[in-house]
Amino acid sequence: MIEATGLRKSFRVGRGRGATTVEAVRGVDFAVRRGEIVGFLGPNGAGKSTTLRMLATLIQPSGGEATIAGVDLLRSPAQVRRRIGFVAQASGTYDDSTARRDLVLQARMHGRSKSVAQDLAVAAIRAFQLDDFADRKIKTYSGGQRRRLDVALGVIHSPQVMFLDEPTAGLDPPSRVRMWQEVRRLREEGMTIFLTTHYLDEADSLCDRVSIIDGGRIVAEGTPSDLKREISGDVVTVEFAATDLADGSGDDLPAASKLLAEAPYVHAAEPVDGALRLYVDSAATAIPQIMRALYDRGIEPGAIETRRPSLDDVFLAKTGRSLEE
Amino acid sequence: MKIVRDTWLIFQQEAGLMVRNPVMVAFSLAQPITYLILFAPFLKVVMVDRGASSYADAYRIYVPGLFVAMGLFGGLFAGYGLLSALRAGIIDRCRVTPVSRTGLLLGRALMHVSLNVTQAVIVTLVALPFGLRVHLANLLISYALLGVMVLLSTSLSYDIALLVRNENSLGVLVNTVGQPISLLAGVLIPLVLAPMWIQRAARWNPFAWATDGMRALFAGQITQNVVWQGALIMIGLAAASLFWSSHLFGREVS
Repeated sequence: MIEATGLRKSFRVGRGRGATTVEAVRGVDFAVRRGEIVGFLGPNGAGKSTTLRMLATLIQPSGGEATIAGVDLLRSPAQVRRRIGFVAQASGTYDDSTARRDLVLQARMHGRSKSVAQDLAVAAIRAFQLDDFADRKIKTYSGGQRRRLDVALGVIHSPQVMFLDEPTAGLDPPSRVRMWQEVRRLREEGMTIFLTTHYLDEADSLCDRVSIIDGGRIVAEGTPSDLKREISGDVVTVEFAATDLADGSGDDLPAASKLLAEAPYVHAAEPVDGALRLYVDSAATAIPQIMRALYDRGIEPGAIETRRPSLDDVFLAKTGRSLEE
Repeated sequence: MKIVRDTWLIFQQEAGLMVRNPVMVAFSLAQPITYLILFAPFLKVVMVDRGASSYADAYRIYVPGLFVAMGLFGGLFAGYGLLSALRAGIIDRCRVTPVSRTGLLLGRALMHVSLNVTQAVIVTLVALPFGLRVHLANLLISYALLGVMVLLSTSLSYDIALLVRNENSLGVLVNTVGQPISLLAGVLIPLVLAPMWIQRAARWNPFAWATDGMRALFAGQITQNVVWQGALIMIGLAAASLFWSSHLFGREVS
């Protein structure tokens, strides 16, 4: 449904001699099959939105090519627009308008007649449960209501492919869960969905497949469970008690990190947020060894926690940084 | 004609939102009406040597100037609306649909045209009890000329907005450009009272031609050359500026 090869985008920043070129997307390849929900997971500035905006015909790629719903993106952007829906991060609604007015306008911009547009607006209001506020000014809506309207606007013309840029950024947890339900419903209606997110749980629970993107490149790609399986074993996080400087003991983290990284039962050690994240085969056998090693060095761990690997561990393993930092 | 349909569609949306905000429309009328009531009487005194012996004469000179000032500044500030629509993502949302790009811009510009012409009609009605008298046909032609003028100033504002992409720079530029243009068009005090070098400089100001043309219309001298000259200059420049802004707008808007 979506096929991209070597998609690139560079921007010129500044003017005249001071101008520099920023490589926002450095050549990404990916494919999305019909009826899939695929997510781009990455930190802010990774190139997620830029990729999405290229696919949605809003900006011209600097290189590479893409086919969306069988149409060439570069040669026939107008044809692509008939087949896609797009929900940007900025919602794109008029504060003083109402949901109904904007829905009718959207359908009419897609070439529908006035009466068809009104019918489509009524159907969308029902489908997205906007009834209670459909004729109120949009500026009175809550974040979740506004976002549901945004998605309703994006799909008013029943596109084959839907692009969602950070669909749940800034929403409270109940609104996020509700939005996930809406996205799954759209997929059941036959749409192919491509979204960006910087939320791990969103990528994990909503997406069939995830591409992890960092610095304009895809660093890993697969189903969330496959990606996590690549990080074999368990994750043990060791926290350290607040350092007592009067005691002259200094900071334990670097010493512990160095010590444990060399231990044979630890695959990798990464300091994250003042704690140490260790990748091991089995937490049950590793924890006693870790404890002993630390005590032998006179380091007292504050707390030890163990869990299954998350997508953040995948991100950390691929990029050396944590998404949650 | 897709572009006509889409222009009309965007015009309806923008105008519909404006109508839903009547307080804003009322406020935008406060300034011209204040000038009309508190400034025009000065003109009667100043212009007495030039044949303005009555309030009717003063208003016949002042109202066209006021139209030009309203048309110039009303349009020049239109770029703010475009920038805020860009920032809110409204333009992106529209650009992902097959709607005509030119229609997106033209529909907005025409909303400003109709808003300004409506304001001009109200100003005319307010000026009537003060003694303004003008032929209906000439008045209607003046409104049409005003409409073209707003189209020009609006698209100039869009040009600047799309180039600088920033409300502060737009504000500074619009004021820097707008002040000399309006003064050199004699919108407040006719240029006949100005020193020679200012009159000469004003010959290079397209809005001065339009102001003179409009004053001729109000004076009932529709056959004066400056009427068609002013109209032609405005139409030509408006077409060129609109072409340029739709080119800028059609480029990547990101």
